Amino acid sequence: MADKIVFAIAALACLSGAVGVIAAKNPVHSALSLVGTLFGVAILFVNLGAHFLAAVQVVVYAGAIVVLFLFVIMLLGVDKAEDLQTESLTGQRPAAAVIGVMAVGLLLLLAVRGVQVTTGLHSSTAALSGDSSNIEQLGKALFTDYVFAFELTSALLVIAVVGAVVLARRAPREVHPE
Amino acid sequence: MNVSPSLYLSLSAIMFCIGAVGLLIRRNPLVMFMCVELMLNAVNLTFVTFSRMLNDIGGQVVVFFVLVVAAAEVTVGLGIIVSILRRHPGTTADDLTLLKG
Repeated sequence: MADKIVFAIAALACLSGAVGVIAAKNPVHSALSLVGTLFGVAILFVNLGAHFLAAVQVVVYAGAIVVLFLFVIMLLGVDKAEDLQTESLTGQRPAAAVIGVMAVGLLLLLAVRGVQVTTGLHSSTAALSGDSSNIEQLGKALFTDYVFAFELTSALLVIAVVGAVVLARRAPREVHPE
Repeated sequence: MNVSPSLYLSLSAIMFCIGAVGLLIRRNPLVMFMCVELMLNAVNLTFVTFSRMLNDIGGQVVVFFVLVVAAAEVTVGLGIIVSILRRHPGTTADDLTLLKG
């Protein structure tokens, strides 16, 4: 019973935050709504027993990514309200709404049916239920079966940092030798 | 798990579609970026739900990697947005037509 109540509250936070992201005129309000959604998802992760991911979700997403968004908004001063009434492409909004409703319908059908059509075969990697805690299991899987992917992510992060620095710095003024 | 997995999957389907619609209707590149994050989160929720449902830790490992990739993506993407907006302040996604034929 308790986790049903938790699910209801977290789902409400997720959905209201998601609507807030796309409906808020001011980008700062969008970013703050995004925080609500991210916290809701973190609560749902706890509800599903993924404790480590819930913590990482709060630290990485709410702590780092949204702060980065807010930083960019403040830095560039793009916190002007966007005009949501005029559409530059005629019929863009109705078309987007129709596509969205159709996609929701299809995905909901899949979500309700998907519970029956998954095979339920046991995994080749470690099972989730066991004596050890969630963090221990995740660590074991990460450093045994997925160790190559884990090493590759370090290369990815280095590339991303170098790329961000190269993109964000000002181009040095060219020096013409006389 | 008392709450049915279908509920979690439905919630993430709705969140994903809200993100997709936002990507279609908004023009501020930063807000479009936030919508992408919304879609990534919806998919993460699906992964964790299936991980629980099928009793497989692999789903949670995938979510871990998605988090890493999302962090890298945000770093590079915001770098690009900063360099564009610094040159042309107030640019929306409609103004970026350099590749238009």
